[in-house]
Amino acid sequence: MKSLQKNPFIFSNLNNIKSISRLKNYFKGDDIFKLVNALFASSIFLLLGLMVYELIKGSWLSIQTFGLNFIVGTKWDPAVSKVFGALPLILGTLVTSTIALLIGIPISLGVGLALSEYLPKKIGFIVSFFVELLAAVPSVIYGLWGIFVLIPFLRHHVYPYLQIVFGFIPLFSGTIYGGGVLTGGIVLAIMIIPTVSAVMRDLFSIVPISQREAIIALGATKWETTKIVISYARSGVIGAVILGLGRAVGETMAITMVIGNKFQIWPSSLFDAWYTMAAIIANELLEATYDLYISALINIGLILLFVTLIINILARLIVWRTLKLTRGIARE
Amino acid sequence: MDYYKLRIVKNRLMQFLVYLALFSALVPLFSILYEVVVKSFSAINIEFFIKPTPTVGEIGGGVANAIQGTLITIGFASLIGVPIGLMSGIFLSEYSESKLSISIRFLHDVLSGVPSIVIGVFAYALITRSIGFSVTAAAFALAVIMIPIVTRTTEEALKLVPMSIREAAIALGIPRWKTIITVVLSSAKRSIITGILLSIARIAGESAPVLVTMGFWRWWFAGLNRPVANLALNIFVFAMSPFENWITLAWGSAFVLILLILGISIATRVFTKGRC
Repeated sequence: MKSLQKNPFIFSNLNNIKSISRLKNYFKGDDIFKLVNALFASSIFLLLGLMVYELIKGSWLSIQTFGLNFIVGTKWDPAVSKVFGALPLILGTLVTSTIALLIGIPISLGVGLALSEYLPKKIGFIVSFFVELLAAVPSVIYGLWGIFVLIPFLRHHVYPYLQIVFGFIPLFSGTIYGGGVLTGGIVLAIMIIPTVSAVMRDLFSIVPISQREAIIALGATKWETTKIVISYARSGVIGAVILGLGRAVGETMAITMVIGNKFQIWPSSLFDAWYTMAAIIANELLEATYDLYISALINIGLILLFVTLIINILARLIVWRTLKLTRGIARE
Repeated sequence: MDYYKLRIVKNRLMQFLVYLALFSALVPLFSILYEVVVKSFSAINIEFFIKPTPTVGEIGGGVANAIQGTLITIGFASLIGVPIGLMSGIFLSEYSESKLSISIRFLHDVLSGVPSIVIGVFAYALITRSIGFSVTAAAFALAVIMIPIVTRTTEEALKLVPMSIREAAIALGIPRWKTIITVVLSSAKRSIITGILLSIARIAGESAPVLVTMGFWRWWFAGLNRPVANLALNIFVFAMSPFENWITLAWGSAFVLILLILGISIATRVFTKGRC
């Protein structure tokens, strides 16, 4: 919009020309319009400020009562002793998100590469569309599908074999319920794949064509060329991974429906039920009957807000920096 | 020579793995679409669209009240979210020389990364605690989710309008605000509407913020300070229930929801030929 600003017709010093005071009125609309737009646009400051304020205010009672013990406490007992500790929930969120990343990132990397390097452009366009549809499916439908399709499938056709092969490791022993930590991680992985692979596709497709040409000219195979492309977009890929982590940490409905919702410090195996921060808010906020209980749940929301804020700001900065750097070089 | 063969084998192997990854990423999509269509087959009939949620033990019943409630909630949320998003988008695109716009753009990115359950807790703390579980609180939460999406798509849409069109309007002596409203906005109309529709598709499927701000409601709309039924939330409640009848209704609701959401996504894609 720089060229508009320099337009002498609009920004000439109208104050010096008294004879065209009518013109000044004519342009008054501009100031009003800009002001109104700026006010609406600035409401984001108010909104985010209010969000942080409300969550801190709502969790103040819990912060005062438990302090840091809320984060390291391992007991969640709303009924009798009224003690709340969120450590098992934090661990549950971390572990399920890590499983989601371990499964989801290699697949996303493959999808990103397929879309930008391997598939012909026209087919890539159609497949991209399907991947984006996957991102549009609501979380609760993933949950529904998880309960009635994925869980029976995993329980009968996957987990028994996993147990036969890896059963000697304690992680894979124990009763198979179907739902549980591993199932939660798998559902989360399915949900982060569309987001992460779309970012990866964008990152790979802006790697300058000259990079590929140079390595191909040296006689490299397709995969060796692809390795150069990946290493070129390396830091952006890390950003995309962190972005996926942000999504996995905040995911609520699907994980609530498949993880089993059992409050315990550590599950006996990957097939055991567990709990996450988002899931406990969804399950208990409606049923919380007294102030301290509500406050503890809002406190979990506050922790979740700060964790995701840090994750997202970090990821955006990395992805944004890579895109900018790469574009800068491509222009030269 | 052996090293050469190794490279060829490695190349083939990696190509296979890349396509395998793509295949395994797309399997869930087709599985979900297939299961939703097949399992909702017995749920979809006329009763499904004209009857409200059945009581426990009742046979039949439908989701008419949930469709009504979802439309009311979306409409209310759009009334708050669309104007704010639209104006913010105009500001970011047309006055991008302003220093304010860098931080506003960044905060919109930040807001779009906040999990919807946290936004639900925010609306709960701000509104539900004072006026009770209500459609107002839910609409507010959904509006907050909508704002960054509408802002971003509006900004992108306006930036695609060529500068020469603006310059031509200004050369005719039209003030800048009138140029923006009559020339710039109207030539980007299509993509802006697309953005709004996409944000509506997104909030139609949101259930976590709806759950904590108004909870499950089995009846019809009863005022803005009372809850309404919601399709996405119905799926959650029905799916977790032990009643066969409700589970069938969950699949039916999923079908309606997926038809709405994928319909909007596909329609906008065809509409704008992938430019958005």
